[in-house]
Amino acid sequence: MTPLVSLAGLTRDFSSGSGFLKPRRTMRAVDDVSLDLPRGSITGVVGESGCGKSTLGRLALRLIAATSGSVSFDGADLGSLSPAALRAMRRNMQMVFQDPYSAIDPRYTVRRALMEPYQVQGSAPPDPEARLAELMAMVGLNPGQAGAYPHQMSGGQKQRVGIARALALNPSFLVLDEPTAALDVSIQAQIIGLLEGLQRDLGLTYLFISHDLSLVRYFCQRVVVMYLGRIVEDLPQARDTPRHPYARALMNSHFEPDPTRRKAVQILKGEIPSPFNLPIGCAFAARCPAVTDLCRTVRPALTTSSDGHQIACHHPQD
Amino acid sequence: MALLTVTGLGVTIGTVSPLDGVSFKARRGEILGLVGESGSGKSLTAMALMGLLGRIGGRVSAGSIQFDGQELTTLDEPAYRRLRGKRIAMISQNPMTSLDPLVQIGAQIDQVSRLHLGLSKPAAKARSIELMQQLRIPDAATLHGAYPHQLSGGMKQRIVIAMALAADPDLIIADEPTTALDVTIQAQIIQIMVDLVRERGLALILITHDMGVVAQACDRVVVLYAGRVAETDTTEALFAQPHHPYSASLIACIPAHDQAAGTLSGIPGTVPGVANYPAGCRFHPRCDRALAVCAEMAPPITALPTGSVACHLYGANA
Repeated sequence: MTPLVSLAGLTRDFSSGSGFLKPRRTMRAVDDVSLDLPRGSITGVVGESGCGKSTLGRLALRLIAATSGSVSFDGADLGSLSPAALRAMRRNMQMVFQDPYSAIDPRYTVRRALMEPYQVQGSAPPDPEARLAELMAMVGLNPGQAGAYPHQMSGGQKQRVGIARALALNPSFLVLDEPTAALDVSIQAQIIGLLEGLQRDLGLTYLFISHDLSLVRYFCQRVVVMYLGRIVEDLPQARDTPRHPYARALMNSHFEPDPTRRKAVQILKGEIPSPFNLPIGCAFAARCPAVTDLCRTVRPALTTSSDGHQIACHHPQD
Repeated sequence: MALLTVTGLGVTIGTVSPLDGVSFKARRGEILGLVGESGSGKSLTAMALMGLLGRIGGRVSAGSIQFDGQELTTLDEPAYRRLRGKRIAMISQNPMTSLDPLVQIGAQIDQVSRLHLGLSKPAAKARSIELMQQLRIPDAATLHGAYPHQLSGGMKQRIVIAMALAADPDLIIADEPTTALDVTIQAQIIQIMVDLVRERGLALILITHDMGVVAQACDRVVVLYAGRVAETDTTEALFAQPHHPYSASLIACIPAHDQAAGTLSGIPGTVPGVANYPAGCRFHPRCDRALAVCAEMAPPITALPTGSVACHLYGANA
């Protein structure tokens, strides 16, 4: 079966610092990422700040253009579409943003925020009020709140509005960019439960971006771990134990809600290197507990084993 | 004897009373977790302990705060100023806003020991560098002259911790010290704080909404809900058998190791605002085990083997 979304060799550069007497510096935020998202699947992308996961999400929707590589949605190459055709295509693919406080215009009521996608697309639902009530009910909001402004709602309610807005045009693909990172854990669990139910009922395809590996392992079928713009490990079964030392470190950084399973945290040395000055070898070498000279000089290639597991490491952990 | 004993603490701001009858103890060499959702009164408790309620137009309306034999609720501002930063230090949530962006980080740490310990400039600098080294800040002597924008978030939080330690305090209040940080850095910072408490024998009050952090780091836990203590116990006892339905729900919000999909449960609704505290038990509208009496009477406090719980399920009415 062809995947719904297919990312092939996606690369995106950003540059900064160009100015008087100041040389232009370029960093590669996403470097040669290929990923197929089958219909109805939940794929998680996990990594720390600056690993390129949000940029990848934006590239997947072509909210920003790739420096090289391509995105195809349902067989159509997004890069070759005219602006009008791309806009029409956007009905099928939507995004839920991290910060519900800034994703909704503070001067918009819930009604206006949820009807905005129809305006953008130049079409209106047959019965706007009925659709509004339906959308609000789908995300667990009381339709009586349609006249409320964002400042009158809690963070969790605002994120529900963000999800309802993404669902308004009946998309098949959603990019969820850390949809719970700004919320309390109690509300995070509510929102994750809601997203699980919607995915099941509507057969949606999700690209779920998060820094929380345990949440991704819980919520997603497959986990892709990124470090400094590259995929370092791709686990086709989210519950499998990662073998890349960085993915291991991420897993060990999560605290279980169980004091009998306290961890002796193996402190990762150092910090993420500057993306402007990437080392020639493995980008994780400076922090890796299993590092050897080989890692500092030769960048490990992403290799695939027969079960679809991919890893870029000279010394995978057992 | 406990270093800090809070008894029946109530706080009033204008006409509302966001905090009511809060009691707990903090001991040397121990980490006390203060846990609850946003709006449960955690940070307000910290402000009351620091004598900072006046800054937000609030005051202690009931109860007492005994710190090392001294009553703090009646302390005047000059006396409090000698205590604050010297014997009770605070680490706030966002390291980006606790540091002055225009002052070298070393000078900001020096300031504390010069003010409170009366050290000379060179002695203060030597002490700051030593502290930075203890907090595993690499190349401390060079970084002493760096500005905050030159450091990563995790490094900045270590500088804030160094500032808190600079006057050798007896009690540190850390208000969500790792919420703004990446997971691997969060694990580092929590580890550093646990080590500090064990090595220096200081008392630490750790404010968090994350039961995973509590399970990893704390010796005792106070669960706050809507300005009242729901339950307090040792970490082991609380996680082995949470008595209050709110404690159990908070623990259930964190995905446990290999938790089955579709089983993560949030807590319905949100913490009520202080103007809308419900009668009876304030948690009853969100509680899945609520009884008729819960809507009418505030719950009695029932003693547990190593703690206490405020819930009708355990009182005389049970």
